[in-house]
Amino acid sequence: MTNASIWQIMAQKGYSRRDFLQFCTYAAALSGLDYAAYGQVVESMEKKPRPPVVWLHFQECTCCSESFLRASHPIVADVVLDTLSLDYSQTLQAASGFQAEACLHETIRDFPGEYVLLVEGSVPMKDGGIYCTVAGQSAEDILKESAKHAAAVVAWGSCASNGCIQAARPNPTNATPIHKILHGPVINVPGCPPIADVMTSVVTHLLVFGRVPDLDRKGRPREFYSRRVHDTCYRRPYFDAGLFVENWDDENARKGYCLYKMGCRGPVTYNACGVTKWNEGTSFPIQSGHGCIGCSEDGFWDNGPFYQHLANFPGFGIEATADKVGLIAGSATVAGVAAHAVLTNIRKRRVIDETQHESADMPREV
Amino acid sequence: MNTLAAPNYKRIYVWEMPVRLFHWVNALCITVLIVTGYLIGHPLTLFRSPEAYQQYWFGTVRFIHFAFAYLFLFNFLMRLYWSFVGNRFANWRTFLPLKKVQRHDLMDVLTVDILQIKEKGKISLGHNMLAGLSYFCLFLVGIFQILTGFGLYAAMSKSWFAGLFAWVVPLFGSDGVTRVWHHGAMWFFIVFIVVHIYIVFYHDYVEGRGTASSIVGGWKFEREDRIKPDSF
Repeated sequence: MTNASIWQIMAQKGYSRRDFLQFCTYAAALSGLDYAAYGQVVESMEKKPRPPVVWLHFQECTCCSESFLRASHPIVADVVLDTLSLDYSQTLQAASGFQAEACLHETIRDFPGEYVLLVEGSVPMKDGGIYCTVAGQSAEDILKESAKHAAAVVAWGSCASNGCIQAARPNPTNATPIHKILHGPVINVPGCPPIADVMTSVVTHLLVFGRVPDLDRKGRPREFYSRRVHDTCYRRPYFDAGLFVENWDDENARKGYCLYKMGCRGPVTYNACGVTKWNEGTSFPIQSGHGCIGCSEDGFWDNGPFYQHLANFPGFGIEATADKVGLIAGSATVAGVAAHAVLTNIRKRRVIDETQHESADMPREV
Repeated sequence: MNTLAAPNYKRIYVWEMPVRLFHWVNALCITVLIVTGYLIGHPLTLFRSPEAYQQYWFGTVRFIHFAFAYLFLFNFLMRLYWSFVGNRFANWRTFLPLKKVQRHDLMDVLTVDILQIKEKGKISLGHNMLAGLSYFCLFLVGIFQILTGFGLYAAMSKSWFAGLFAWVVPLFGSDGVTRVWHHGAMWFFIVFIVVHIYIVFYHDYVEGRGTASSIVGGWKFEREDRIKPDSF
């Protein structure tokens, strides 16, 4: 089946040409392509044999897969899951045991430089990687072996992109994001989970153009991660106006003011939640009245508490914000300065008197 | 009553115009940046009922912060330039204890002025070595604030200049972490201001040489017999 194109498979499944073209329009728009590129999308979907896909799961909770299943356009999930030939996915494959492992090795052997490797989860590097093994092989070995001949490597979610919860302090298994293990380019699609439509768009981009999308400094597709949640948030006008929710149950919360003071991480989080939203464009956390927790940012789990604007200051134990540390340092300084001033008047009395005696005598008025 | 003749004092032009200008522009910038920066971290509840379209005060506070950040940066660069072309009191060497005489001065300041275990020591003309070191720290923290601040600003600016700092945030991992450090470093400036102003008053009070006014007019006073060609 790996030689058939997406259109051929859709036709086999009974989708009409119109359904197919609608799907292409949707895929093009979602990937941020302009109308001129539409023809290219149709052509690729129609003619290009879909690439084999290997989807690996390491230390993760499968929320990325769950998110992927909820892509807005039903055909997207259908196409990607059913028709992208998902040759190996521990969660979704029918095969098991030796048969499943044989699938993986066959794909790597038969399609070198053609298959797309999607990785969900971080890789434990401590103690020889014994904390995550599949079929007797460590996650690290499987990853390195699978990535060697992959056409492209995608890190699904925060686990694979930045370690996520597994890598939170004290990181007992030394959970490591895959871009730190592999040498080649990795497309990071962070989020816990990433937005389904963002995931499908990345796959679509690989399929249509046959190359990696434009990435930022952290390996994230610029299309979806170049703006902060804050920049596209519908509550942004309240931020600029200085109108904030002060308490979860106050009048301002009811009015839908900005959640900045409640610890919303929107201003420091790069993601497309405000634009694509979730669950077929229904809503996103801020719209539901809860601040963003910054799940697509590095170390978001360590930068808590989530309901406080500034994270705790590292190195000063729990419950110490930069301001508490600063206030103590500032108060100590004021106290020190005051003590020094008193000391000066005692210890330097003689010097001060001498200086005063140096003063030139003014002629007395008679 | 005064048996000794009053010693002869000479007037010395220590702080040149660009140094004084730098000082006051820097002081203004730091003050404005601390106030606006603190407000950005902890916005006040100023209004209760209006609609968002009726006001823009928080946006304005942020604008002032960014505008003064630019001023702070270019003022800083001007001073850096002046430390190579200005007089010997403004020279970059006065900020680092490179020479033996400077290290002696450092010990003198520590024992005479800070710990006060010695009554008298040599008094420098420009800033003393400990002050020089504290300014050097201020420069370092200033650079840190410029890097982290413009690093955070890069993502929301289209200007090529802010774009030059886009590499900073990945070093810290995320915007959130960078922001915590940027905010925490503000307290260095607050502590610095307290100590700096106190120490100026201290020297003026104990030594009576016009230390405080020197940063306004540029002049300091020194006894004729104490002025040496290598004084700093």
